[in-house]
Order: sequence, then C-alpha cells, then structure tokens
Amino acid sequence: MSQQDVEIILVRRWASMLIMPVFLAGANGDLLYYNEPAERLLGKRFEESGPMPVEEFGAIFDTRDEQGNAIPASELPLGVALIHRRPAHGQVRFKALDGVWREIQVTGLPLEAQGGRHLGALAIFWEAEPS
Amino acid sequence: MRVRLWGTRGSLASASPDTVRYGGNTACVEVVGEDGTRLVLDAGTGIRNLGATFNGTAGRVDLLLTHLHMDHIQGLGFFKPLQDPDMDVHIWGPSSTTLDLRARLARYLSPPLFPVRLRELPCRLTLHDVPAHRVRIGEFVVTAALVCHPGPTVGYRISEGRKTLVYLPDHEPALASDPFPGDPAWTSGFDLARGADLLIHDAQYLDHEYPEHLGWGHSSTSQVVAFARLAGVRRLVPFHHDPNHDDDALDAMVAEARRLAGDAFEVLPGTEGLQLRILPAL
Repeated sequence: MSQQDVEIILVRRWASMLIMPVFLAGANGDLLYYNEPAERLLGKRFEESGPMPVEEFGAIFDTRDEQGNAIPASELPLGVALIHRRPAHGQVRFKALDGVWREIQVTGLPLEAQGGRHLGALAIFWEAEPS
Repeated sequence: MRVRLWGTRGSLASASPDTVRYGGNTACVEVVGEDGTRLVLDAGTGIRNLGATFNGTAGRVDLLLTHLHMDHIQGLGFFKPLQDPDMDVHIWGPSSTTLDLRARLARYLSPPLFPVRLRELPCRLTLHDVPAHRVRIGEFVVTAALVCHPGPTVGYRISEGRKTLVYLPDHEPALASDPFPGDPAWTSGFDLARGADLLIHDAQYLDHEYPEHLGWGHSSTSQVVAFARLAGVRRLVPFHHDPNHDDDALDAMVAEARRLAGDAFEVLPGTEGLQLRILPAL
C-alpha cells in the first residue's frame, strides 16, 4: 500500500485527538479511519473493523430517515461530500455494528487540496438530542 | 551523482568559532549529475558561496525550494547566476493555497525586504509551482510531495538511474503518526524516502528538547533514525542543525544517531562542505 497524502495523514491525526466522532473516507469512498468517539457510536473498534471498501462500508450501516425509509449512501452527508464535493448536513437513524439503532446528526465536508486534488471527505457526527 | 552541502544550519545562520565544523550557513545543497546537470536544493545563506563557483559560465541551473521560510530563501538574492543575463535559472517551489510561487517569492524579493524586485533580475528566470507531476531535469527524475511541516512544504526525491537522493530538510513525521514509527502508509514522507541511497533529513532537536517544540515542524535524533530505518535508506545525513547546538553538541548527536542506527544504515555528520558521491546499490 502506498503512502496516504499528507493532508489525509494530518486529518487522521487531528481526528484522533478530538472528542467529536469523526469518519474519514478516501476519494474513492473507502473508509480510511474513524476515531475512538466514533467507535463508541458504531459499537466496534477501528482496530477490529479496519479500513473498508466503499461497498462493504455502505452495506454494513443500515441508515434510515425519520419515516424509516432506507437512505442510499450517496445521499448521506458523507456521500454528498464525496460525490458532489460540497458540504452537507442531516439527521438520520442508523443501526450500528452492535445492532443498536441510534439517532445522529451528521456533517459531511469534502477535502479539497492544492492542485485541484479531491482527497475524500470527512463526516463529523454526534448523537441527536431526544425530540 | 555528486552531492555537496553548502549550508546545514536550521532556522538562523549562526557563525561562531563553536560552529566551524558543522557550519553556520542555512540550508543549501548542490547536486551534480554524471552529465553535468546542476541542481541546487534550497537557497539558504549557503547559496552565496555556491553561486561564486559559477564564474560567469553560461548555462542552466535549477533551484529546488522546499518551502519559503526565511532560512531557506535568505540567500536567494545573493545567488550569482540570478545576476547573469546569460544564465537560465529555473526555480521550483510550492505555491500556497491562494498564491503561486512567483507571488510568494516576490514578497521577499521586493522593497522593503530586498532592494531588487524579482522581475528586475537580469537572468532568464522561469518559475515552476510544485508539487507537480514527476519531472525530468537533465538526467534527473525529480519527484516532489507535500510533507508535514508548517505551511506549504515539499520534500524532493531525485533519481539518476538507480541512484536516489532524498532531501527532507524540514520534516516532523512524528507529529502525524501515533505511535511513531508506525504504519508506513500513514507516515509523512515515506514514499519519497523509501529505499533511498542517501537521505538528508531534518534532525534539529535532541530528544529531550523535542517535547517543548512539538508541532514546530522538526525532528529529534531518535525520530530521524526511526524514520530512516522505516524507509530502509542506505545512508543518513542529519541536517538542519539547531542554531543553539555547537559542534560538540552535534558530535554527540551524531554519535547517538549512530548508536541507534546500529548496522541498519550509515550515519554521516551533516557538516558544511561535506561532499559525497552516490553510487547505485550492488
């Protein structure tokens, strides 16, 4: 495996020090990293799940809207940031790897670098306040 | 490929009787290929003495800047080929997120910081923004990549046939890796340095000094040895010496680096004037 871009390396390091749950995905949509607060939400340690191809990543997380309809990965904030290269925000229900349904808010941010390089996207998320 | 160190000091020029052997000039390295292509790495104060060796000979020189901190460009205005209308000077260096290399350099080469403007230099000047695709300069193939240091900063991998020099004068890979050394895929500078015949690398701090300088963009003795071991280099030259370190302190640093490196690779003192020839591995 070749080395990640230094911007991605620094984002991962930054995320590893935050108390906000953070996902990091590469330009091809593969999940590259999630931090320890995200592990608590997802119910699985990153060391156990490891990096995931986009197809596997999309299949694992069952994500629903407020009416219970399935949301395609491409329409989730992280997917919007990856595909359309613009920020997005939303509230969703999802079933984590531990089988528990959770309400979360998600903000997706594209990672754009010098030279017109699209490096991927990150998603910052937190459990929603009970309504 | 021949290599000569014209300036080895980091941060600030530091001429003193106590820095004679390792040198007081800031970063500048000359690289000459077997066919005579001449590269200059960084334009610290050491570039003034290098410029004096051009002797009015027409030709081309390529100056590769890693970044635009003052210790890497302070000698630029005193580089003799810039004053020669018969010289083709190509300067390569990183743009910022908003300014190209020309605009960034012009901030230094213009009043009040310098009396001569960039556009007034007599030489035939061409500027190139990096990182770019891998480029060929004479017999060299040059690869630039962004590395972990404050502001836009690149390292260079310079290959001539099977011989490879890697130049990472300002680099703090440990900042972005926990633990360090860790997974090469998540280590800044790894792809540049992998398998290099000669690695010239930042070694500004002694290990006990590093915690107070976390995030300043530089490496400690044990970190540079760990990085060189991870990358599998053949020879290491610790470089970018702290201006507060005298020759005795740097001798001790090199001895410690050699102890840590063991038989894994050779550690050569990064002294001003050091000349090396890079030969391909057998």
